Formats: sequence, C-alpha cells, structure tokens
Amino acid sequence: MDVRAQLSMLFHLDKCIGCHTCSVSCKNIWTTRQGAEYMWWNNVETKPGAGYPLTWEDQNRYRGGWEVTSGGSLRLKLLKGPGKFRTLANIFFQPNLPTIDDYYEPFTFDYDNLFNAPAGDDQPVARPKSLITGEYMDKVVLGPNWDDDFGGSPLYGANDPNLKGLSEAQKECLTQFHKLFYFYLPRICNHCLNPGCVASCPSGAIYKRGEDGIVLIDQDTCRAWRFCVSACPYKKPYYNWGTGKSEKCIFCYPRVEGGMPNACAHSCVGRIRYVGVLFYDADRIDETAKQPDDRLVEAQRDIILDPFDPKVIEGAKKNGVEENWIKAAQNSPSYKMVKQWRIAMPHHPEFRTVPMNFYLPPLSPILHQAKAMSGGTFDPETSDFWNDIDRMRIPLKFLANLIGGGNERVVLESLKKQMAVRIYRRQKRIGDVGEEKAKRILSEVGLTEQDAEEIYKLVSLATYQERFVIPETHREIKTTVDPRTVYEKRGNVGLGPKTAEWPRRQW
Amino acid sequence: MDWNFALFGAVPYIAVFIAVVGSIWRFNSNRFSWSSQSSEFLENKTLFYGAFPWHYGIIPILLMHILVIIFPSVLFAWNGAPVRLYLLELSGLALGFLALFGLLVFIYRRLTDSRVRAVTSSWDILVLIVLIIQVVTGLGNAILYKWGSNWYAGAAVPWIWSLFMLNPSVDYIADLPLNAKIHIFNALIFIGLIPFTRFVHFLVINPYKYLTRPYQIQRWYSRAPRTEHVRQYK
Repeated sequence: MDVRAQLSMLFHLDKCIGCHTCSVSCKNIWTTRQGAEYMWWNNVETKPGAGYPLTWEDQNRYRGGWEVTSGGSLRLKLLKGPGKFRTLANIFFQPNLPTIDDYYEPFTFDYDNLFNAPAGDDQPVARPKSLITGEYMDKVVLGPNWDDDFGGSPLYGANDPNLKGLSEAQKECLTQFHKLFYFYLPRICNHCLNPGCVASCPSGAIYKRGEDGIVLIDQDTCRAWRFCVSACPYKKPYYNWGTGKSEKCIFCYPRVEGGMPNACAHSCVGRIRYVGVLFYDADRIDETAKQPDDRLVEAQRDIILDPFDPKVIEGAKKNGVEENWIKAAQNSPSYKMVKQWRIAMPHHPEFRTVPMNFYLPPLSPILHQAKAMSGGTFDPETSDFWNDIDRMRIPLKFLANLIGGGNERVVLESLKKQMAVRIYRRQKRIGDVGEEKAKRILSEVGLTEQDAEEIYKLVSLATYQERFVIPETHREIKTTVDPRTVYEKRGNVGLGPKTAEWPRRQW
Repeated sequence: MDWNFALFGAVPYIAVFIAVVGSIWRFNSNRFSWSSQSSEFLENKTLFYGAFPWHYGIIPILLMHILVIIFPSVLFAWNGAPVRLYLLELSGLALGFLALFGLLVFIYRRLTDSRVRAVTSSWDILVLIVLIIQVVTGLGNAILYKWGSNWYAGAAVPWIWSLFMLNPSVDYIADLPLNAKIHIFNALIFIGLIPFTRFVHFLVINPYKYLTRPYQIQRWYSRAPRTEHVRQYK
C-alpha cells in the first residue's frame, strides 16, 4: 500500500445555476494573456450540449483517454497501432489535434468606432475583430458558451455524445418544448490518478505532484508537441498559440498551498463546490483503470482509502503526509460524499484516467417529471413518486453515460439516497410523510438518520470551513523555489494595469 | 585575399563557434523558447502537406550526409556497383523533391495564412530562405553534376575532415562548381543560425526517452534536490 494524498473538488449539480462566475474568476486570475484568451481552464457547459471544445467527449475523433488492449494492459488511445512509436512518427504533424476553430477564434469588438464614426444616417456598430490576426471578422461563429441554455435544442443538444444508447422516447425530451431538460456541468481539470496528458508527453514536461496530486506542466520543458491536448479526454490542457506551450488548470496551487480554496470554488455563487483531501493507494491505480466500464465507479471508490484506518494513517505518515493533512482527510467533504455515503461519481470514468473530481447528480427535474406523471400535482406522499425516480426527466441513461461509466445502478443509488434525505427532512419540517415511512425509505437506501442529517447539512447548510477543508502545505520551508516567482511566471492578475507581460518568444 | 580560404577555411570555425556558444547561452538563459513554435493549432489543413513531406524527406538526407562524413569508405564500396549507385542517387533525389514540395507548402502557408502570419517572426522568414537555398542547390548538385554522392565523399568530406583536424585545406573544394559552393556556404550559415532560430528544435533530444520511460511522472517538491529555477525576488 502506497498511501498518497490528493486534492479533490466536488460539484453539487443540483445547485449549479450556470452563472459562470467560476469561469470568470478563473479567467481573470490566470488566462487574460495573449495566446490564452480562448482558454477556459474552468468552464460551465449546458448538458445535453456539444460542449467546449465542440464534442470533446467524442473520443473516436480526438482519441483521448485509455483503452485496455487485448493483452490486458492499459494503452493510450492515441498510441493505437505501433504504440509509443506512433508518437515519434506523428511528432511533426499531430493528426488528432483539435484546432482553434473547435474552440473559437478569440475576438474583441471595434469599440472605437462607436465613438469616432462620422455622423451619418445609421447607427455605428462595433465590428468583431480577431484577437489573433487583428483583422475584422465577418461574423462570430463560435464562442466559449455558444450553446449555453440551448440544452434541449435539436441543433445543439442533439450533438451530445452522451445521448448514445437512449431510446427514441427519451430523445424526444430534446425536441418537445414542455418536456425538454437540461442542466449545467462545471468542468475543471480532473487532476487524474492516471492522467493521459502526463502519459502522452514526449518531453516529460507534465507531472503529477506527489504531495497533493496536482497535475502541472513545466513550461521550460514543454516543447510544443501538443500530444497532451489530444490525449486528455476532457480537453483540459490548452495550447497557447502565442508562446507555443501547453497550459492547464493548476488547481490554483498558489492559493491551496496557503489553505485558500481555488478561485472558482471560492467565488461560486451557488456554493456548489467542495474541496477536500482524499487518500488513495498508488499501487492500485493500474488495476483500477483496467476495470470493465460498469465497475469503474466502484473501483474508484475502492482505491480511495479510509483516513480513519490506523494502517492507512501509518502508511500516509511513512510517505511524508503531515498531521494537518491527515486531519483534513478525516474531515474531507469529498471522502464523505464519494466513499462514505456513495452519492458522488467521477466524470466519465470510462475514459480510464481515474479522474479525481466528483459530481452529485442533479435531482430537481425528477420532481418535475414526477409531478407530470401524477397528473400535474407535486405529491411526494404517493408511492408512485418514489418509484418514478428511474423515469425522471433527465433520462437515467444520460446521467449514467455522463458520470456512471454507463452504469445506471450507481446513479440510481445516489438519486434515491438524495431523495430519501429529502423525504426524511420533509417529515421533520412538515410532518406529512409519516415517521414510519420516512425511516423505512432511509433504511431502504442504506442510510441512517444520522447520515441523513449530515448529508442535509453538508449539501445545504455547510459553511465555508465545512465546504473547503484544505490543509496548508507550508511549501516555503520545503523547497528552494521562491513561491513568489510563481506570480512572476504566470503573468499578472487581471482586472488592472499589467506591469509584466507573459514571457514572449523572441525567435 | 584568398576568398576560398576565408569562406571555407575560416567561416566554418566561426559558424560552429557561434552554434555551440550560442546554443549553450540560449539553453541556459531562455530555455522557455527552446523549441519550434507549432502553428498547427491555428492552421492544420495545409500544414499536413508541408510537415510530413518535409521532415520525412529531409531527415534521411541529412542523416546520409552525416553518415558519409563518418564512413566515406562505406559509400565508395556501395557505389562500386552501378545499380547500387543509381539506387542511392535516385532515392536521394526522390527524397529531395519530397522535401522541396514540403518546403514550398511551408512558404506558401506562412505567406498566405493570416493566422500563421500572426505568429511569424523575421527569424522564421530567414529560416525559410536559408532552407530553400539549401534544398534547391542540393537538388541542383544531384541533377547537374553527377554523381553527387561520389564527389561529395571525394571532395567535401576530406575538406570537412581537414577542418576537424584543425588543418583546413580548402584545395579539396576549391574547384567545385559555383552551385556546390553555394550549397556548402549556405550550410555554414545554417549552422550559425541554429541558436537564434527555430532550428534549435532538432537539437531537442528528449523525445527518444519517451520510448522507455513509464507513462506516469511524479515530482515531489519536498523531496527534490535544489531546483535550478531559483530566482531571487527583489
């Protein structure tokens, strides 16, 4: 057993209102630079939807993630055929690379014209201007949230790769206005245990930090081969076209090292984000990633270790994990929701990178559907209501494709548990369900009353300190790197005059 | 003044000196820029017809040039039979045309695509000029003055060896045709330009390590020895 610590973010999708505050705070801190304008290390997508970059989940096109070979070993999908030699053979031209047109051409508007246009008969307009070439663009054809809120449309939503395997009746939800469904999906880098980007880099520039599991790109070692962009199934490394280096979400390491939550999590208006420490067994990563699709969520829960187990604590100490980290792991909201209550799932575990961010599936639309099913009135007392969970408005299959590796059972378990907690709380507050029934429903899904109270508190009342349990690392005494050089290297904080530009290439 | 000696006896040392010292200087002072900035992300349709033919054409040719410098006798033995000589010359010519095609695509792309122009420096233009001179004169040597492989090993290689021995004898190449001399001199310019242009990318030797390293890489900042990137903040 090789116990390591991992910082993990958890998203409660029910509460996400798609306001993009997270994206904007991330953008303002990290990516307001030339070459990085098009990057959104944190983005929020409407599901179903084509996403950003377009149809990023379609791995037949981008060849991201891993596959299990017939010989039973793990291989990057990108290396199909001659294996690693394929990387060297394609090093001059990378056939699976998305181009800027799959994201969007960054643009600004010619605002000057609004003030300086000569007097005339028509209103002056601000024409869009490319931030790459500086030329006027005929029209803007794509943007960072182009299909925002068009989730139910046949034009955008229908392109979602997660709709595969859905029945025609379920797909009908997309086109019938009164039935359509959508929800928001905030995404950052998953800081995977088995990252495809690290494995694909011919220069060895990408690495996972042993102390906290954050995956970073060494800018001085990156040689612009761009394999990480293709190999990451989540499309979270981005190629900076200005500097010729790849960049990615850094889990705000300058902030979390000091115990502060990530900018996206800190600014989240709906308080949907939780950050905590997980302990995992590094010896079992390979075995976990090789499980069959429907076992992947369970396997990922298995690799996460119990921070109260004395053996785990001993193993952690042996690997240099400090006391405050062990304490944080014991209070970790991620551990509770992923492993203890089993209500959160990783995003697309079937990509086999063992992603370390987790999602609580959305529940609200179930109520909506249940209402429609029972003749238009919301009636949680009927037994139909409980049984209708798998006929909910967001098809179970869709959620299973998104966060269950195709396994509907794990998603159903989470939804039923969340619903049981609601019914239990309704009995407590309003008392119209019946004590007996509320307790029976809880025990049916395997929760105790104490669990129910704790889940309720954590998902709806949790304070800043309970949502973000981030131990300080005191990096300043552990390394000879002056942490302040990080500030210098990343360019400057946005929203203000810049004193230093991002290092530019002179040749 | 003996122009031949100045151009082919002194300039080689200057070029190599600039290449070595310049590369060390750039690698140590600006490792961030040590690569060939890819523009595939901005334009990938035309690039395919440039990058593949160019690299797969020029790399074998460059390797042959270097191998013949090291083992000239092997080349003479190979060229002893006419069939083998024809085979060598023809495949060299074919690879040369492949590279020329790729290079022309590169030039067309860099001049016409506005996005690529946005990431083009003057050094990039210089690189293309040097390369087109080199490839065109190289093809000229192969077509006009046969058989190029033989007189390359017979005249240019002894001259290169004399340079290595610090006893430059330009007489070996003094009588070569102008086209061949341009080819040689341009090669010296090319060597001198290595540290200042995207040419540094062929000095990148780490990808071969990829074949043997494990997929995953960990770094422990608390276990690592002193990092080299320490910079004092004022």
